[in-house]
Amino acid sequence: MRKMIQDAALSLVGIAIVIALWAAISGTVAKDLPSPWQTWDQSKIYITAPWEKRGEMDQGILRMASYSLWRVAKGYLLALLIGTPLGFLLGSSPLLSKMFDPVIQVLRPISPLAWLPLGLILFRQSEPAALFTIALCSMWPTVINTMHGVRSIPQDYLNVAKVLRLSQWKCFTKVLLPATLPYMFTGFRLSLGLAWLVIVAAEMLTGTPGVGGFLWQEYNSLIYAHILLCILTIGVVGYALDRLMGMAEARLKAA
Amino acid sequence: MALIELQDVGKSYGPRCVLKNIHLSVDEGEFVSIVGTSASGKTTLLKLASGLLAPDQGRVLIEGQLVRDFPLRASIVFQNYSLLPWLSALENVRLAVESNFPEWSAARWKEQAMRYLELVGLGAAAAKRPGQLSGGMRQRVAIARAFAVEPRILFLDEPFGALDALTRVTLQQELDKLCQAQTPRATVLMITNSVDEGIMLSDRILALGTTLSAAVPVSLPRPRPADMMLHDENAVRLRARVTEFLTAGRASSEAAKSARKPMNVAVPVEA
Repeated sequence: MRKMIQDAALSLVGIAIVIALWAAISGTVAKDLPSPWQTWDQSKIYITAPWEKRGEMDQGILRMASYSLWRVAKGYLLALLIGTPLGFLLGSSPLLSKMFDPVIQVLRPISPLAWLPLGLILFRQSEPAALFTIALCSMWPTVINTMHGVRSIPQDYLNVAKVLRLSQWKCFTKVLLPATLPYMFTGFRLSLGLAWLVIVAAEMLTGTPGVGGFLWQEYNSLIYAHILLCILTIGVVGYALDRLMGMAEARLKAA
Repeated sequence: MALIELQDVGKSYGPRCVLKNIHLSVDEGEFVSIVGTSASGKTTLLKLASGLLAPDQGRVLIEGQLVRDFPLRASIVFQNYSLLPWLSALENVRLAVESNFPEWSAARWKEQAMRYLELVGLGAAAAKRPGQLSGGMRQRVAIARAFAVEPRILFLDEPFGALDALTRVTLQQELDKLCQAQTPRATVLMITNSVDEGIMLSDRILALGTTLSAAVPVSLPRPRPADMMLHDENAVRLRARVTEFLTAGRASSEAAKSARKPMNVAVPVEA
């Protein structure tokens, strides 16, 4: 308990130092950077009334974040639905994995900024294009980790499946799936982080309401304080998502 | 009639020949042990006999049929537990029962699993996962799982190899009891590195060196007491005989190895 308080205090000190640095360079070295006070002053309406809807692009910050989160959830779900079976398939078949490994390695490092125009061409609408981009960019960690998990199932467990003469379905549910689950979950966690990274880029380019879209609009309207608000929101939400997945993962491993 | 039969079986891993010219026949209801030192190909031999591995040469027959898969109504106990860690002790046993008796009801699967867990004294630990059990308890679960399918054939791959000496002796006694209690008795093929263990449990013992020795019959009465190896003259004599086979096999294999390799000049270490 005491250690927890100590740790919390230390991280508060860290945050204070960064805010102090921010205050020091704003208005001195970086002339256009709003100071922490200015940022708060100009943004507090979004924070104190987080669910307020005043206009299409003028909404409380939680409302904006929830649009983004909802979009991420859909794209992420799509990534998992495609990525997990794909990972299982590639992991259990050396032939397929040899066939597709180069393809994956080439597709993996492509930036969301490159996929989005293609999505716009294919779907002609910003929403499906954004989902397409999120799914395509965030599914690789799930594919690769699941594949790795299937490959590293100990031979002992496969022998058990053979000796007990388990049917294919039983072998999958009782041996393959539980043995792969920790790896899969690591993939899920990394994928979620990526999906959240992608959402901002997707919204910026398509101009849809959400944290990223708001950020881009405020940049165009020269309200720099709101850019900082968006950046902080993106960071905090991303951190919260990662912590949530981490907690789920820990529970899974303890079970 | 021979239930398990290996005819001139050989197996290589790449260029390394592990086993060759293995002949073995195990009669119905018999308990046969193969004693060998580590890296003598014991485990490979058991995998061949149980159909987990296909031989490069020769044939493996069970009831006169060529073996392709792990046989039905057979069990194996591995050295390293091989329980599924995400299932409880009961679920581990139940899974085996389930796939061997698909026609039974779910209640009967559970009942059978529970009965065998109780037989090995683990009724109270049925809900625990393997990770929460000690090595000896885990191996008890594995034994319960093996017997719960009412096997006709039981393969034992150094079943007590990972246990401490005391637990080992206790479990040997329990295994013997379970084997004797079964009607009809299962045919057992055990692989072990302990001559004493072989003598405690078997009807016949073979030593595995470069090839399989002739079988040494163990005609000691059952039940065999845990301290038999200390006091019983016949048992001690048997141990000497089997050990002799083993060391002879080893000496000849080492001679063969050194004949192939160029000799290293040995440098005597003087303190």
